[in-house]
Amino acid sequence: MGAKWLGARVLRKEDPALLTGNGCYVDDIKLPGMLHAVVLRSPHPHAGIRGIDKARALALPGVHAVVTHADLPESMRNQRVPLLVPNPAIKQVYMPYCLAKDEACFVGDPIAIVVADNRYIAEDAASLVEIDFELLASVSDCAAALAKGAPTSHRDANPALGNLGALIPLSVGNVEVAFASAAHIFREQIFLHRGGAFFMECRGMIAAPDPVQEALTIYVSSQGPHRHKRVLLDLLDWGDHQLRIITPDVGGGFGPKGSFYAEYGALAATAMLLRRPVKWIEDRQENFLSTQQERDQYWDLEIAVDRDAKILGIRGKLIHDSGAYMPWGVVLPWISATTVPGPYVIPAYQIDVHCVVTNKVPTSPVRGGGRPEAVVVMERLVDRVARELKLDRTEVRRRNFIQPTQMPYNVGIIFRDGRPVTYDSGDYPMAQAKALAFVNHNDFLKRQIEARKHGRYIGLGLANAVEATGLGPYESATVRVSTSGKITVYTGATPQGQSHKTTLAQIAADQLGCTPDDIAVVTADTAATGLGVGSFAARTAVNAGNSVHLASIQAAEKIRQFAAQMMEVSEGDIVLEDGFAKVAGADLKRSFREIAARAAGMPGFSMKGGPEPGLEGMSHFTPDRSTYSNGTHIAEVEVDIETGHLKILRYVVMHDCGTVINPMVVEGQVVGGVIHGIGNAFFERMMYDELANPISTHFGDYLLPLATDSPNIEILHMETPSPLNPLGIKGAGEGGTIPAIATLISAVENALEPFGIKISEAPISAARIVELLGDAAKGRTR
Amino acid sequence: MIDTRKIKLTVNGRACEREVETRMTLADFLRHELDLTGTHVGCEHGVCGVCTVLINDISVRACLMLAVQAHGKAITTVEGLANPDGTLNGLQQAFREHHALQCGFCTPGMLTTLTEFLAHNSDPSEAEIRLAISGNICRCTGYQSIVAATLHAAKALREGKS
Repeated sequence: MGAKWLGARVLRKEDPALLTGNGCYVDDIKLPGMLHAVVLRSPHPHAGIRGIDKARALALPGVHAVVTHADLPESMRNQRVPLLVPNPAIKQVYMPYCLAKDEACFVGDPIAIVVADNRYIAEDAASLVEIDFELLASVSDCAAALAKGAPTSHRDANPALGNLGALIPLSVGNVEVAFASAAHIFREQIFLHRGGAFFMECRGMIAAPDPVQEALTIYVSSQGPHRHKRVLLDLLDWGDHQLRIITPDVGGGFGPKGSFYAEYGALAATAMLLRRPVKWIEDRQENFLSTQQERDQYWDLEIAVDRDAKILGIRGKLIHDSGAYMPWGVVLPWISATTVPGPYVIPAYQIDVHCVVTNKVPTSPVRGGGRPEAVVVMERLVDRVARELKLDRTEVRRRNFIQPTQMPYNVGIIFRDGRPVTYDSGDYPMAQAKALAFVNHNDFLKRQIEARKHGRYIGLGLANAVEATGLGPYESATVRVSTSGKITVYTGATPQGQSHKTTLAQIAADQLGCTPDDIAVVTADTAATGLGVGSFAARTAVNAGNSVHLASIQAAEKIRQFAAQMMEVSEGDIVLEDGFAKVAGADLKRSFREIAARAAGMPGFSMKGGPEPGLEGMSHFTPDRSTYSNGTHIAEVEVDIETGHLKILRYVVMHDCGTVINPMVVEGQVVGGVIHGIGNAFFERMMYDELANPISTHFGDYLLPLATDSPNIEILHMETPSPLNPLGIKGAGEGGTIPAIATLISAVENALEPFGIKISEAPISAARIVELLGDAAKGRTR
Repeated sequence: MIDTRKIKLTVNGRACEREVETRMTLADFLRHELDLTGTHVGCEHGVCGVCTVLINDISVRACLMLAVQAHGKAITTVEGLANPDGTLNGLQQAFREHHALQCGFCTPGMLTTLTEFLAHNSDPSEAEIRLAISGNICRCTGYQSIVAATLHAAKALREGKS
């Protein structure tokens, strides 16, 4: 069957409800008898908890409970939140209890759940809970945390390790030889900071006890309820049948909604204690204090090149701020370290990654998950080589690209799935060449010289990136034709705005001979799908997309088998069209409704010898390894050297994410991703003082890109299908963000070239530009 | 003692009367008392704009206003924007056609803000649209498609197509 819907610009199934206020986000759910909770959090970066006095809070009318660690069920008191991604590199595992037991390790660490008739009373009561804290020395900066004699972020830290949580040594090739034979060696020290996700809908959860059985239904704003279920089953010591988790509409996720948060366990326990549904909705200040962020990395790298600017090797060190706990183990810095080589041939690479435990909000991947930082680092190194050897930046890249003839290309380094990073396909030189031709690079150089004569400083930046997408293990899909003839796709994929309900329906429609409108897509309900992983890391199109494809093929086959039996024709003569199984060339057909009824069987009538009962297909497509999307970004910026103001004049993206399911959706992902990157490059900074007290705790201090900061993004497409899955999909959720910071930093540095300014950090604010310009800026200040 | 007041107001053309706590925000009143959950709450301090509603046709942050302050006023929320027959209005349809929403959480505030804007500016430039929504944060779309949708909707309005 040909692809009619795959690749088509289909309008979204999600939109009519969302445009009319009829979406259903977690805070829109109202259950009978529901109570409202506030999570009482530590106001201190590091403190012992000597005692908690609930009396005044409990005395307030309308208050139902103040739940602390001592009130939790035994299974929760005795274990910490389990680490789902263990790794031998982790030297000290730090995970929280569902509520702090006797030590709080960051401002925002949950200590108690306060429950009342409504949110207003719960907040009043929370302010009446008295906690006797013993203030402890705290750890703020992750580099300083490694110094001898630094205080430890946790009381029970191993003295020999201090704040070192994990050490990852990665290496490929012989770095010693590479550096010994190099014509030039250059060193770059780069500080990178990425803030948080700052999805518009804060986190939230409702835990509703079953009125009859020992069981809970949970609604949670997440990126995958199945992993949450796995953690909660451990924490509650329950069986599969006792827990159902549903994720309704989600107002953005970008990574941090994929994590299990300690308070989720505490809220489940609270609902069971009270035998009433309990709702908790994170407020925005709480979101700054408790939702995981990506934050700080200190890179110190050397690059060795030969006389012709060919890269021989890279070596050095990365210090990564893990925050107070390690919800994702070492996943984030591991991705950073393994993304550095990018589209270039790096014969030898060696890096030691130090993951440091501090007294800040724990970190998790945020859109791009450690890759944007790696791209900044690699592209800064290449720009440095170009500058030192007086070569054009694009030329140095050209000389070092992996060629399409080298695909599949084994980078040699071991990815976090334990397998070597192996690029599946892509034409990196072509991507750069096309992007450069599109912006007319040579013309820019002339315009730059002209502009400088008039005191205008424009700069061009470019960056290339390769992105591991479509990570396994799998995603579930069941495609079922009900006895009413209606088709439903069930999947563990958990959309947060990525249009899964539309794109997955497109894929199924092609196999079932109907339109996407004929197909309902049910996502993220553990009762509807037994297994599921969730949506993060640009993985859903590859994993869920191919599962839906394969499950639909199975379902279509079942339809044909039963229809053939009913009409006494051969299966091969049947085509599926408009909700019917039709016999080609004959006026003979059966509706899906009739066929589904036949497939469901009739009481008393044996189906032996015929097809398996039921019109459904199921698949858990598991990719052999990651696919790799790639892209080239080019930006033109203007810097006002008086105010430091940065203006993006033009932004071009060349993007290759393999087979495109819906170009409208892919463009939306790319544009949104780039703007996220602009935030990371110029605005977003989560600030802490030297004691690890958060300073930026609202949108007045922490700036997100606004419409007036955002340029129109021009997108060019290449489509190199992946050989690793039936549909050839790669993944597009993060490709817009990943090269954006590197591109913009490079453009700003290029604009300021006449002043000899080097930029080795991000984000870079207007104020910081003025600071770097020093006298050059001041000289112009009126 | 928690103070309450009786308020009368019109919401999406329907009169309503309620006894409310004086400290309750308008956003919470709409969402939890009237069950009009299309109005979202994103920052509770007036920066993100997702809670924007129209009060007597002027855009207002429902998180920064108390329900009692809406006494005697006519409020329009996102639930009140569609055509009388329930079909999407021109702006909503343009949003759909231009993929101007992804997660949909900021969308109600974008739509109410732009409804007010287009009522006063039927032929806006791209820059004017960007300025008009500069108090509404969208983390998904990068704004480009919202601007395109608004230009399209304005043109359709001028040509009397919606």
